Amino acid sequence: MARTLMKGNEALAKAAINSGCTHFFGYPITPQNEIPEYLARELPKHGGVYLQAESELAAIHMVYGAAATGGRVMTSSSSPGIALMQEGLSVLAAAQLPCVVLNVQRAGPGIGGIQPGQADYRQMTRGGGNGDYRIPSLAPATIQESVEMMSEAFEIAELYRSPVFIVSDGMLGQMMEPVEFSSWKKEPLPPRTWAAVGHRNSRKPIIIKTMSLVPEILEENNKVLQQKYRTIEKQECRHELFRTDGAEIIITSYGSTSRIVKDSIEILAHEGIKAGLIRAKTLWPFPVQPFDQLAYPCTHVLCVEMNCGQMLDDVRLAVKERLPVSFYGRCGGVIPTPGEIADHVKTILGRR
Amino acid sequence: MLKLFTRTPGLKDRQTHYCPGCTHGIIHRLVAEALADLDVLGRTIGCASVGCSILSYNYFNVDMIESAHGRAPAVATGAKRVHPDKIVFTYQGDGDLASIGTAEIVHAAHRSENITVIFVNNAIYGMTGGQMAPTTLVGQKTTTAPKGRDASHCGSPLRISEMLAAIPGASYIARVSVHSPTHVRQAGKKIRTAFAYQQAEKGFSMIEVLSTCPTGWGLSPVQALGWLAENMIPYYPLGVYKSLEDV
Amino acid sequence: MARNITGTVFIEVDRCKGCGLCTISCPAKILRISESTINAYGYHPVFVERPDECTGCSNCFVMCPDLAITVERTSHQGADYGQDIDERQ
Repeated sequence: MARTLMKGNEALAKAAINSGCTHFFGYPITPQNEIPEYLARELPKHGGVYLQAESELAAIHMVYGAAATGGRVMTSSSSPGIALMQEGLSVLAAAQLPCVVLNVQRAGPGIGGIQPGQADYRQMTRGGGNGDYRIPSLAPATIQESVEMMSEAFEIAELYRSPVFIVSDGMLGQMMEPVEFSSWKKEPLPPRTWAAVGHRNSRKPIIIKTMSLVPEILEENNKVLQQKYRTIEKQECRHELFRTDGAEIIITSYGSTSRIVKDSIEILAHEGIKAGLIRAKTLWPFPVQPFDQLAYPCTHVLCVEMNCGQMLDDVRLAVKERLPVSFYGRCGGVIPTPGEIADHVKTILGRR
Repeated sequence: MLKLFTRTPGLKDRQTHYCPGCTHGIIHRLVAEALADLDVLGRTIGCASVGCSILSYNYFNVDMIESAHGRAPAVATGAKRVHPDKIVFTYQGDGDLASIGTAEIVHAAHRSENITVIFVNNAIYGMTGGQMAPTTLVGQKTTTAPKGRDASHCGSPLRISEMLAAIPGASYIARVSVHSPTHVRQAGKKIRTAFAYQQAEKGFSMIEVLSTCPTGWGLSPVQALGWLAENMIPYYPLGVYKSLEDV
Repeated sequence: MARNITGTVFIEVDRCKGCGLCTISCPAKILRISESTINAYGYHPVFVERPDECTGCSNCFVMCPDLAITVERTSHQGADYGQDIDERQ
């Protein structure tokens, strides 16, 4: 199939339609407006429904209502809008409903800026809403990967009956790259016998709910969720290794920052310094296993993010004090350059 | 000739958790009777809300979705957009609809969502112990306005039916009461009309039902009926505030 | 007194919460909250004092929040009054 040059946001929207998304509810926010705009135009042509909600808060609850009644549903937003959705995300996770939520991150906190950022790592992985729950989070680094992860996201959501995040950022959303859409075969969805669609007088009414006033029952519900999360941790962890064999220093990163890191690894290689990258492709579950493989001559782990140090916590947990772990980051919408990352590595290794 | 007045198939055969004399029970019955009479129980999806009626999903004999506080109109929108052929309704109290959920209800009316909203207005927050609601009357004592609502401090009560009737997308807006058998029967008719609007795909319908909260008001159930008639009806006049001519 | 329409009220005692809404809605004033009986929930349920005087108006059924009341309305032969009191069409 032919490759087209597409903007990241639009490619994600097209991938959603290709993945069988039937309903989209969202609200405009920079830098992801191309997504609702594309879907407003194209989704109805494929028999789907696009509706602009009055706020992100309303949008996520429309997603809940649609998912509860069997819709294959998605929403998208950026960091401050995702913050508004936290109530609905907790409810969706608790009610075990499938849906895809796209976060095209921007710098924060507060209203922040409209330039790219990665300061939602904690929001994605530590569950910004109330209660014990996790949301599988996929982090693409290229537009092609974004497109593939969109299909995976809908599958994971359906398989585990869970919301799934796709964690993009303003850079990936606004850039243009060649992308190929594989011809998607519409697989029939397994019947959703749990959906509230009207009982047709042939069965007991279905109630989709998350409240339980009996502590023992609520504890049981929590155990069911935790069991699901243990399974997801085993089955759905993804990462990429880039030149980690024989590396003196391992850099960890995700998303568009990881591409900048790859360039800095090239710069270092020219200067005879062997650096490697462990790229997290899922933020939750965080890929712990590659960190167990760290061996001589690796003497240091450097975490590089566009924030003040959030994935850093998971890296520290994974490294378990076997090696020193440090952090390099820019925030506020400032994007690090390959040169400055390479310089920082040289400082760490004492080569400057 | 025999006529039997008994439990409608629209309600499950369960004791409710509502206080003695709470008019939620009457309103539940009216909604369930309307759905049963229109023969749509099998294709109805109800959206419960947060308040005393949070457990309404245990009583209505239809598929139901629990909604977070105030969000029921958004949840109902999601459900109706997936299933335009089903009957979708919300059942909300005054804290849920007139406080935290004002954006959601206004926009559901604004979009003329083809859903039916049952708005139970008892001028107080019942479930959480009797706090002030946006619909609490001036001078009415509540736990968070112990000296009575002071309009200069926190405004006068919100008249939702009048407010929503001004929105072009609203198709049928009516305010009813359940404080006497006559009023209950009239309320039942209007609730049925609202569901008929939805069946005919005529857009957004809402019935505001003036109700009692004996526990919150500190009155006996019978006294509460009288308080409603004397105090609430003058401020919240009954009537049809919006309707379409050809329905 | 011969009447064209009569009624019978059935009370599901353990569903009644003793709220009293039916007692003030009854035009024949034949419903009363029991002072001595206590039901399974600990409430004083309502009972029908003079069942022969029931007109079958169904006000008690209409006002009961707990569906503890069922009313049978019977029309006797020769009644002109053919329409339901609460015409619901």
